Amino acid sequence: MNSNNIILKAENVSKQYRLGTVGTGTLSHDVNRWWHAIRGKEDPYLKVGEINDRTSKGTSEYVWALKDINFEVEAGEVLGIIGKNGAGKSTLLKILSRVTIPSTGSIKYKGRIASLLEVGTGFNPELTGRENIYLNGAILGMTKKEITSKLAEIIEFSGCERYIDTPTKRYSSGMTVRLAFAVAAFLEPEILVIDEVLAVGDAEFQKKAIGKMQDISKQGGRTVLFVSHNMAAVKSLCTRGIVLENGRVVYHGRIEECISKYYMSHYDTAENHSLGVYELSNHIDKKSKFGIYKAELYCNNLLTDTIFTDSEFRLKLFYESYRDFFEAEIGLVIKDTDQISYIGLNNKHLGNAIVVKEGKGQAEIVIEDFPLFATGDYFINLYFGDQGPNYESLENAIKFKVFGEDIFGSGRKLDSAWNKIAHKKISIKTG
Amino acid sequence: MNFLKMNQSELAYRSQSQAESESWDAIIEPKNSFLAIDFKEIWRYRDLLLLFVKRDVVTVYKQTVLGPLWYLIQPLFTSLIFTVIFNNVAGISTGTTPPFLFNLAGVMVWNYFTACLTETSDTFKKNASVFGKVYFPRLIVPLSVVISNLVKFAIQFLIFVSFYLFYALQGMSPQITVSVLCFPFLVLIMGILGLGLGMIISSMVTKYRDLSFLVGFGVQLLMYVSAVMYPMALLKQKLPELGWLIEYNPLAYIIETARYLLLHEGQISGNGLLYTLGVTVGIFTFGLLVFHKTEKSFIDTV
Repeated sequence: MNSNNIILKAENVSKQYRLGTVGTGTLSHDVNRWWHAIRGKEDPYLKVGEINDRTSKGTSEYVWALKDINFEVEAGEVLGIIGKNGAGKSTLLKILSRVTIPSTGSIKYKGRIASLLEVGTGFNPELTGRENIYLNGAILGMTKKEITSKLAEIIEFSGCERYIDTPTKRYSSGMTVRLAFAVAAFLEPEILVIDEVLAVGDAEFQKKAIGKMQDISKQGGRTVLFVSHNMAAVKSLCTRGIVLENGRVVYHGRIEECISKYYMSHYDTAENHSLGVYELSNHIDKKSKFGIYKAELYCNNLLTDTIFTDSEFRLKLFYESYRDFFEAEIGLVIKDTDQISYIGLNNKHLGNAIVVKEGKGQAEIVIEDFPLFATGDYFINLYFGDQGPNYESLENAIKFKVFGEDIFGSGRKLDSAWNKIAHKKISIKTG
Repeated sequence: MNFLKMNQSELAYRSQSQAESESWDAIIEPKNSFLAIDFKEIWRYRDLLLLFVKRDVVTVYKQTVLGPLWYLIQPLFTSLIFTVIFNNVAGISTGTTPPFLFNLAGVMVWNYFTACLTETSDTFKKNASVFGKVYFPRLIVPLSVVISNLVKFAIQFLIFVSFYLFYALQGMSPQITVSVLCFPFLVLIMGILGLGLGMIISSMVTKYRDLSFLVGFGVQLLMYVSAVMYPMALLKQKLPELGWLIEYNPLAYIIETARYLLLHEGQISGNGLLYTLGVTVGIFTFGLLVFHKTEKSFIDTV
């Protein structure tokens, strides 16, 4: 990879907002700012301000919606930006789409950026679909000529041929979105910024839209910055992502890891001081100092206590053995809070023999495409030893969470009441 | 593999920041030069400008019965009422010109100014939802207002011309000279002045909403000191101590001159016109700079 591939670079981007209502006091702040500015001093209000945490009541009137954001995007990459509500996603996109400016830092880019922050921007309800295509296209930075050359394609993609000469106020919200997305999809900027557009529109159109975005990045070689709460869409579109939390980038890397990080942040972390690390040396079932003394749980290579459906489950076991076992058995049972078991096996069931040497060692249990679906708490029993009396079993050694994911990407997540597991290879057909 | 990639990119990033040889097309930064207005960009968005003009002109009379006739009804009735009140009741003399024509000329030019001013002064507030989502040069919006109002003005001018012909047939001696060719120039000044003031107000409205109330009735009051329904000389003659009100009002000069060019009524003042031109250029430049500064971050305060 060479550095010339970097099409967009954000450096130390921060954005400060003032809390409360803008009313009394702003004039005096403005005068104070101006007074500092003419004496060549820096803005006195930029110094105050704290991290954007909505839950705690801050002391300052100013708050950092974004703080020191750094990331790079390569040409042709689809970068997912994920985070909880209030994490700073929208602020970041607003800066990216030049709707507002950062308080400090800079974003450098090549080519044009077009944004699709909310579809139908600038749609005039009185104008017809065709007129709105022109208007919306022009707002997004296209020339009339460009739009005319793509008009037929846009209309076809939107699937609104019949209504194209009807004022858009008579359109259903779904039709408006389809038309607006179609305009943006045929726009040819080097960088396209998309926020939550797929929230509207039916499953068929969502699929079409995702497909179109994949085309845009893969064939068109264009870069897409994609923000969505639809993790299935994010996963199928993006290769890399950034996770925002309280205005900071908390993770930057492969999209699977970003998603697990995102799900993890759904849970209260106070309960798990060492997230995904389980100290077992004091476990109630422990008879000697030997055996498994620690376990670590990974979801898509990220240390966590939450596994989501269809991800990679990886359990690392750290053990100490007082002697060699030539026919060792290492196994686990995964069960829910009602102690109903879903998976229970050891290496012998898998047909692989394991030899455990005396001393410290590590074992790994990997379940690819993790099948459990019903969201909730689960427990793991761990087994270590041989068939003889040296067998150690640790009941409920690990407590973890499963987060059911929309593995079919249909936008209609399975119902936990009816689905304890989710299996991808299911089809329903006629004829 | 991916971690390797990231490390490489980090390395690349370091070497790059040392060399700083990258060429970027654009940089989004907090500090921007006060004077750097990208006129090239505005030119690139000219199609958008035309589409906005079209939208403004067309959508106004969609789902109305009278359609574009509404553009005519307002100035006609205003002139009619002015004629009844100011000329017939109050007895203001309009010289040899029929009072209705005199008022129509004033109202027409004045309307263009107020339309430009009031509509542009609303720019940021009215378009906050669009501006909040997508970027395009914000200046396009007030420019489109000035141009679409020019279209409305042209329609109103046609009605003025037809009334002029009507009065000429009735026996009014037409006094048109070559100087009437300067009229478009005057309209342009009026538009630019309205645009300039509108830009200043719209920029300030984003923070201090009080101004939008001020504009509403301020414009009405301004009309009475802008020689719309009386000749400039009349006020100076009747209220000499308030003569400065009209003397320093660039709008009065424009309207007076417009009437002189069209109807040969009133007087023309070279100094006054120069003063008007100076004020217009000054206000417009200031408005442009203020607007440019506001457009970058108004969305946080609006």
